[in-house]
Amino acid sequence: MSSPLADDADITDDAGALQIRGISKSFGRYPALHDVSFAAAEREFIALLGPSGSGKTTLLRVLAGLETPDAGEVRFGGEDFLAIPARRRRAGMVFQHYALFRHMTVEANIAFGLKVRPGKDRPASAEIKRRVADLLSLVQLEGLGKRYPAQLSGGQRQRVALARALAIEPRLLLLDEPFGALDAQVRRDLRRWLREVHDRAGVTTVFVTHDQEEALDLADRVAILKDGELIQLGTPQQLYDDPKNAFVYDFLGPACQLPGVVDAGRLRIADWETAAPADAPSGEVDVYFRPDEVEFTPADGAGLAAQVRGALTRGAELRIDCLVEGRTLELHARAASAPAGVAVGMGVRFAPTRFKLYPRGSE
Amino acid sequence: MGAVRLPGFAPLMLAVVVGAIGVLIVAPLAVVFIVAFSKGVPAYVAALKDPDAQAAIGLTLLVASISVPLNAVFGLAAAWSIAKFEFPGRRVLLAIIDLPFSMSPVVSGLVWVLLFGAQGWFGPFLADHDIKIIFDTSGIVLATITVTLPFVARELIPLMQDQGSDEEAAAVTLGAGGFTVFRKVTLPNVKWALLYGVLLCNARAMGEFGAVSVVSGKVSGLSNTLPLHIEALYNDFDFVGAFSAASLLAGLGLVTLVIKTVLEWRYSGELSAGRRR
Repeated sequence: MSSPLADDADITDDAGALQIRGISKSFGRYPALHDVSFAAAEREFIALLGPSGSGKTTLLRVLAGLETPDAGEVRFGGEDFLAIPARRRRAGMVFQHYALFRHMTVEANIAFGLKVRPGKDRPASAEIKRRVADLLSLVQLEGLGKRYPAQLSGGQRQRVALARALAIEPRLLLLDEPFGALDAQVRRDLRRWLREVHDRAGVTTVFVTHDQEEALDLADRVAILKDGELIQLGTPQQLYDDPKNAFVYDFLGPACQLPGVVDAGRLRIADWETAAPADAPSGEVDVYFRPDEVEFTPADGAGLAAQVRGALTRGAELRIDCLVEGRTLELHARAASAPAGVAVGMGVRFAPTRFKLYPRGSE
Repeated sequence: MGAVRLPGFAPLMLAVVVGAIGVLIVAPLAVVFIVAFSKGVPAYVAALKDPDAQAAIGLTLLVASISVPLNAVFGLAAAWSIAKFEFPGRRVLLAIIDLPFSMSPVVSGLVWVLLFGAQGWFGPFLADHDIKIIFDTSGIVLATITVTLPFVARELIPLMQDQGSDEEAAAVTLGAGGFTVFRKVTLPNVKWALLYGVLLCNARAMGEFGAVSVVSGKVSGLSNTLPLHIEALYNDFDFVGAFSAASLLAGLGLVTLVIKTVLEWRYSGELSAGRRR
């Protein structure tokens, strides 16, 4: 695998800069992480994106100090992070199921990290009270300080967990699927809010998720993991424009796939032919395109022949199930640009306006 | 569960259950108190003020006050390590803790006699150094601890397993040291289950007969606990004395039951995880 560190050369030993090199970790015979390296700049918001079992949570727990890697190095602010025990790393962590202290009030939960400090570093109790009040207002939970976690909704618990992690003025903020247990609307609201909190707190943040939309919406850069390996790292735009392989393409959003052949600078899919990009692999390829990056053409014009199997209107969008080359693809078209009078059984033609080619059967 | 219509034979089943509880539990319990007070309150008080009875009560309290705290500490340590960590032999350990539940208490007493009795493995060594374990308070304490070993651990393990170790991990990332995590997170999360386990352990420790009877010299006023004292009086046909002492143990049982019920009702969610579902 080529190093994804190419654009990380300028990330140095800044106070909040994180460098991860060659991290490997196995649980028994099960390898959870294999030679993972990347770097994050001070104040950067990095998402670790991958399916379950990809090692993203293990990597987060390594950063928190809750797991010890078998090999590799983590440097934070120029320090050897792995040599520092978890309790002294000041890495604020928000757990997937929040892990709030169930027998403590919201206030006591948030104050915990300040109250357990050794005497000389512990703020006075009036100061702790003031900080807790500030954090409650930051997470918009004023007035709920005396409640217990069991008396809060999922979204409220999530915000208490974040306030508790921020209370220790973390140098590094770690979030493990923080929205995993919430419903869609709450997730979207909290997402925007979390980004605001991050920008205000100015803390380097690593965020684990399996939801590609969440990762692309929130993060400055996204690291895609699969089977314990880092597959690609880049800004959401870079990833969307140039997914490194079919797995990344597939994982980043709804994808349509057709078999094609590249020969002498031309791409041929069934009876349709177009110019192949200069960097295209030659021979048999898998053609990937997004369902909304297609253009319908007249039935007697150029394009891929397809048969309509069903159609569904979603607001301004028309979703057409088409049978192409023996596969059923769901294509999206703006209602205005869709072929007139779409009906089941009708023949249409379409052409992908943007596509990516990967050698056949590769991943 | 919602209201389920009882089938036709339910009243019959219920009658059998209520009858059995009445005949086997409530009636004998009533008899204990009836016989204890059969010669009036003064005789009852006198039976309990008897020096041998006083000695038996004192010994029972002493044994419980040593074995119950030790068991609480053991139970906490065992539950904590079994529930929060993975290590080789964990399942074996879990099974062995239950052994005193499945083994006759007499055997639990007998093993100590085999080890420390005059003819036991360490008997000559102990005799040479003038250490007395069997037929002594320390033997009774050992036997009691063996028999009551699983009580606290068994209450805590399912609850701790259910709670997982995320809260402890969170406390560590927030800067807490190992002991602080235990004192401020682990212990408060299991305090009611711990109290519940201690209560059951105490009732059993005070009432244990089989194991204690093997290791005790059964010298009245010296090495008789309450259950042994009751047996001795009964064998001497002193029914008022026997049942007066028995009423103390029965009363302890009733008090334990009341506190246990209150705990279950008030803190059911914080007791055993299995009981909640």
